[in-house]
Parts: sequence; structure tokens; C-alpha cells
Amino acid sequence: MSDILQQIQEAIIKRKRAEIQGLVETAIGQGIDPNAIIDNGLIAAMDVVGQQFSDSEIFVPEMLVSALTMKMGLDVVKPLLLKSGNTQSRGTILMATVKGDMHDIGKNIVIMMLEGAGFKVMDLGVDLTVEKLMEQIETVKPDIVGLSALLTTTMPEMRRSIQVLKERGLKGKVKVMVGGAPVSAAFANEIGADGYGADATEAVELARRLISDL
Amino acid sequence: MKAEPMLIVAERINSSRKSVARAMETRNAVFIQNEASTQAEAGADYIDVNAGAFPGEELECLRWVVEVVQKAVDLPLSIDSPDPEVIKGVLPLVNQPPVINSITLEPSRLNSMLPLAADHGARVIALCQSEERMAESIDDKVRLAGRLVESVIRMGISLDNLYIDPLVYPLATHPQSAMVATGAVERIMREFPGVHTICGLTNVSYGLPERRLINRTFLVAAISRGLDAAILDPTDKLLFSALKAGLAVVGRDDYCMDFIAAFRAGRLG
Repeated sequence: MSDILQQIQEAIIKRKRAEIQGLVETAIGQGIDPNAIIDNGLIAAMDVVGQQFSDSEIFVPEMLVSALTMKMGLDVVKPLLLKSGNTQSRGTILMATVKGDMHDIGKNIVIMMLEGAGFKVMDLGVDLTVEKLMEQIETVKPDIVGLSALLTTTMPEMRRSIQVLKERGLKGKVKVMVGGAPVSAAFANEIGADGYGADATEAVELARRLISDL
Repeated sequence: MKAEPMLIVAERINSSRKSVARAMETRNAVFIQNEASTQAEAGADYIDVNAGAFPGEELECLRWVVEVVQKAVDLPLSIDSPDPEVIKGVLPLVNQPPVINSITLEPSRLNSMLPLAADHGARVIALCQSEERMAESIDDKVRLAGRLVESVIRMGISLDNLYIDPLVYPLATHPQSAMVATGAVERIMREFPGVHTICGLTNVSYGLPERRLINRTFLVAAISRGLDAAILDPTDKLLFSALKAGLAVVGRDDYCMDFIAAFRAGRLG
């Protein structure tokens, strides 16, 4: 691996916001393919960060600052991709916290990590009704929908969302992943979700798996 | 009602704690009663009871909890559920006017719970949360507090029975959230005289190490801006110490009598 990509990874893992953009510019100046900068620099670093978080080596704010650093780097490379028409996304994901539930911290962390992994993510916010969710699915036509619930009282909304997807014949066309403190793999399975992520890293791995299954 | 420098709603009987959930599931009255009496001895003003981990059976479980707690302690309860039906089903069982924990501005919750509070002379914990979005600025929170105050007055409930929770978000993701919440406390206390403010302490430290250190530091910061009630664990010695020291420092403990009494009782550390 080239030295500069190594440095880009380190800047993200060590949360060096002041350095990242200069490093990415240097990599571009060296003629490294923008996609390689993203895959082998930015995304590879976030995989390490996600693992550190899963292993409880780092805390939430540290992960967020790494994700911010990653985004700053991405902002420098992105225009090049647009220019070359080479905007391969790894898939589109709609994310929301279900109706009756205002919790968005876990969801937002997952969004940052998914973006860090190269997915195009649309945040539909909190307290989202099934009806609005269906509208968005039909307009955006995402590959995956990610639903979050932090309350035992709002978990049934996940079940309802999947039922309505089935009724509209969308089940299978869009994959559903679920998460949140009271949610479990068993619950995800029971309501017919396509997967469950216990934390942001698992959510990223799950999203990659679901996309490759499509 | 005697003037409390700081009203304590004791939070331990909450089904989100695994040991408590197990005791509720197995109807282990001794365990629950022990949690109640330890908190009462530690200075609780209200004993919070929550059975939210049992969807579908929440009411039945909470009714049992209320019965056993009232046999163990002579304190009013804080009935902790977002579900108006659960609140309604529990209210006839309580021996003393309780706290309803909690209402929000969401119309279905507001319109069904406030009349219950009025009928039972209950106090109400009201969250600065609307149906639209999270209130992330001081202005947003104070505006929501104003709407809560209006609703309560319209229902004929005394402002003395209203405890407004500005809601604090995790510092890990919202670095200004503690200052926003405490700033809101100060303005709410000033702009709506007679109203109370209350806050839960655990959310602020989500995602950080040494969470209890952050929790009690936040408590002292909030006390310094006028917070006069908190949802906390009074058996947590360091937290209780910070509470008592905080009240003394901000001049809400005349001649530091409470602080000294807590010291003599071996409660400080």
C-alpha cells in the first residue's frame, strides 16, 4: 500500500481533522485513483474505527470525530468522481426511527458509519409513520431500509412497517434491517426483517451482505 | 407540603434494570420492597415505578408493583409510563397523590393524561418534547415549556404541580447539550414563576467513560441554574454527596445544616 494512503488511514483513525484534507490532496496530486483513495484510505480507516468501537477501545465521540474526519476527506475526492462520471455508490439506504420514538443518537451513529463505508444514506429522521416511509420507499427506491427503535413500546412499529411492505409487494425488493437497544436478532427474525445489527459496525457489515445478496 | 430544596424522585425500581425486571417477572415482592425502603431511607421523596419492559402486561405488572411498594414505604409514587391507559389503570390504587411520569406535548398523551392528573391531584413531569422534533436550543426548549405551562393552566392544575424536564441529550453527540439544558432550566424558572424543573441524569453521559462522574457534575451544574428536582438514585453515595454539596454551594442549604446532617449520618464521601 502506498505511503500516503497509510497516512490517510492514520489521520482518520487518530482523528486528525487538521491534516486530512491536505493528505487527500497530496494523494490526488500523486495521481492515485480517487476510488482507491476512498476504498483503501477513507473506508478502510473507518472499518478499523468501527472495529475499535465494537471492541470498546474507543468512545462514541471519538468515533464521531473519526467519521467527521473521514467526511472531510471525502469532500475533497468527491468532485473528482463527479467530473469523471464515476459515481459508483455501494447502494442506497433509507434510515429512520419509527413512529412514536424520538431517539436518534444510535441511528445517527449508524448513518455516519454507513456513509463512511461508502453507502448513499438518506436520513428520514425520527417518529416516522409507516405511510411516510412507504412514500419515501416508492420515490427513492432504496436498496435497504434501516429502522431504529429505542423503546419496547415502539418496537411493534417495525413489525407493522414490514407487514405494510409485504402488502404493497415491496418485500424482497427492498431489504429491511433493524436495530436499537431493545431489539434483538430473535425479534428481527420473528417480524421478518432481513437482518439485525447490534451496533454500528454490525450494521455496516449487514448492509454490505444485504447488498451483495440483491 | 414542606418546601423542598431539592425534590428527589428515586429511580431504581425500573424494569430496564435486569435485576428489577427479573424480580417483577417472578413477582419477587421482597426484592422490590427492599429497593423501595433503601431508597426511602436514602432520602427519596417519590418512589418511581416503571414496568415498561413488559409490553402487553405493563399495567398488570405495575399494579402489582404499586401494591407491594406501598406496603413497604409510606411515600408517594412516581408512575412511570408513556401509556395513558397504564396511568389510568394504576391511579385508583395509589394511597397518596402521585407524580405522573411523564407527559409530552404529543396531543394524545397530553389530552388523556392531564385530566387524570387534575382528577387525582397528581403532580406531572412534562418533557420539552413536541410531536415534530427534538428541541436542541434553549429557545426551543423554553418555547415548548411555555406550551406545557399553558396546557396545565387551562386544565386547572396548579403550576406548583408541574415539573418541566428540559431533556438533556448526550454530550458525546451534542457537546453543548448540558449547557443548553441548564440554560433552559434557568429561563424556565425565571419566566414561569411557581413552576418546577426536573431532569434525569443518565442521558447526558451516554457513550462516555466514567458516566457517573459526568452525571453528578451535570447535576451540580443544573442545581446552580435553579433545578429543584431530579430523577436519580439516592443510594449512590457520590451522587448524593454532590447533590448536598451543590445545594450548600449555591446557597440553598441554610447554614449548611443539611450538608452537616448528611455528614453526621455518614452519607458523604
